[in-house]
Amino acid sequence: MTKDEALLAYTLRLGDNALILGQRLIELVAAGPELEEELANANFALDFIGQARMFYSYAGEIEGKGRCEDDFAFLRDDREFANFLLVEQPNGHFGDVIVRQVLFDSFYGLQLEALTKCKDKRLAEIAVRAGKEICYHLRHTSQWLVRLGDGTAESHARATEALGRLWRYAGEMFAGDEVDIILQSAFDGPDLETIEAQWSLKVAAILDDATLAIPDEKWIIGGGRQGHHSESMGFLVAEMQFLQRAYAGATW
Amino acid sequence: MYTQGLDQQGKPEGKRDAPESAADLEAFQKRIDAEEKIEAKDWMPAAYRRTLVRQISQHAHSEIIGMQPEGNWLTRAPTLKRKAILLAKVQDEAGHGLYLYGAAETLGVSRDQMVADLLSGKAKYSTIFNYPTLTWADIGTIGWLVDGAAIMNQIPLCRCSYGPYARAMVRICKEESFHQRQGFDIMLVLCRGSGEQKAMAQDALDRWWWPSLMMFGPHDSESKHSAKSMAWKIKRFSNDELRQKFVDATVPQAEFLGLKMPDDDLRYDKKSGHYRFGEIDWQEFHDVIAGNGPCNRQRLEQRTRAQDDGAWVREAACAHAAKHAAKAA
Repeated sequence: MTKDEALLAYTLRLGDNALILGQRLIELVAAGPELEEELANANFALDFIGQARMFYSYAGEIEGKGRCEDDFAFLRDDREFANFLLVEQPNGHFGDVIVRQVLFDSFYGLQLEALTKCKDKRLAEIAVRAGKEICYHLRHTSQWLVRLGDGTAESHARATEALGRLWRYAGEMFAGDEVDIILQSAFDGPDLETIEAQWSLKVAAILDDATLAIPDEKWIIGGGRQGHHSESMGFLVAEMQFLQRAYAGATW
Repeated sequence: MYTQGLDQQGKPEGKRDAPESAADLEAFQKRIDAEEKIEAKDWMPAAYRRTLVRQISQHAHSEIIGMQPEGNWLTRAPTLKRKAILLAKVQDEAGHGLYLYGAAETLGVSRDQMVADLLSGKAKYSTIFNYPTLTWADIGTIGWLVDGAAIMNQIPLCRCSYGPYARAMVRICKEESFHQRQGFDIMLVLCRGSGEQKAMAQDALDRWWWPSLMMFGPHDSESKHSAKSMAWKIKRFSNDELRQKFVDATVPQAEFLGLKMPDDDLRYDKKSGHYRFGEIDWQEFHDVIAGNGPCNRQRLEQRTRAQDDGAWVREAACAHAAKHAAKAA
């Protein structure tokens, strides 16, 4: 794999994580527990869609074959998406959503922070902008996790269940492959071992505030980067791509 | 319901509970006639307060329920740019709902009470949101026609006599105007696109035109709240005047798009300079208000489900805040 191929794959992965998570959050529009939360949720979804657009546009430039942001979003099959399994997990209840966001945002914020120092100028610029957004997402979602964990017996039980359900998807974020190795060696990209250590400390502190225990779960489910997704992913992609697929070549 | 909301505030010291003497009413009307803004703490007739609470809360509910038909196409928006624009629009609507609930709260009714009245079916919202969004062109049509009609209604509200409502409307109108433009832009692209896309645009116009005209409410002769609202300068133009303005502005836009209005009686009247249009199906309007539109039940069920599903979350937030407060004490 060349340096440029690795940079392209890495940028697309960033775009895929942002798009798929944004799409999941969009499903929650008009379904929040409070009007203020609906605003926050739509705002977060908008940030993720905006980030996906920046990553995909840049991926198109790296690739140099004339593909644009919409080609990556709407004209690839689900097997070609390389997002983490964690971000594609169905929404479930509010506790599931919050746990998913906290686990991912904690990682993604660190990843972006590391990318601000990478040698690829464009990626570093996007990371600066996206990093600010993810910083306030995490502040919001981690505060909610604390409220749920340290709220009522019911909310504590629901948050615990959600954590148990989603924890096994977190390990995939630290299981690097050739793309991550090249990004680190050739572009001074993120060091996943360091990020994992920082993530563990960060998440442990949030869970401690939330009076929630770290799940005793050693099993890790991976495969997202190879396009081995959950069954639900095919439906997400089919719904998202409907118009572009049904009216091929149309301008919108 | 509004009286109950006011009672919860406890006994006011003075003017609010004072009998509505002819002198008070006359002084109030003088302020209105002099274009003074009435503020939350000022004396106002109970009927003025009730009218505003009814109107502002209906407006807020319309923003919140209106998120649903558009949200229906968010996951399927055809490009990332369209998805982001639509999402920003839906987010604006949630924001408008918040300002408006806030403006209504200055009149002494709580948001919880207003939401309860919406969910019980006691409070109304705009009839237009009880129609389904069947294709992507419906999203363009909602922006073009529904937001276009809303702007006609709302721009005069920026000069409404009640200060908090008028100020909320200034910001809302700026955003609505962007919504209207993005809707028209969707239609323009569809109409310049393939035959299938243009047919999609025409089909959407056929379904949304008459419900859009109904948004202005009954004829002036049938409108039970109009005369008082005009005298109080809550309303500046009558339903029929606003409807006519909307038709006059919209027909040339449809012509520009190359779409045909679904009204065989529509014609330009040179003498008056207005477009004359056919009679609205008022039976349909009353049916939808009575809860029998295609989506009335679905819209309220979704709102109720969100409220019920979120109960444990709100309880958790309150419990956590109470613990935190106890620790701090």
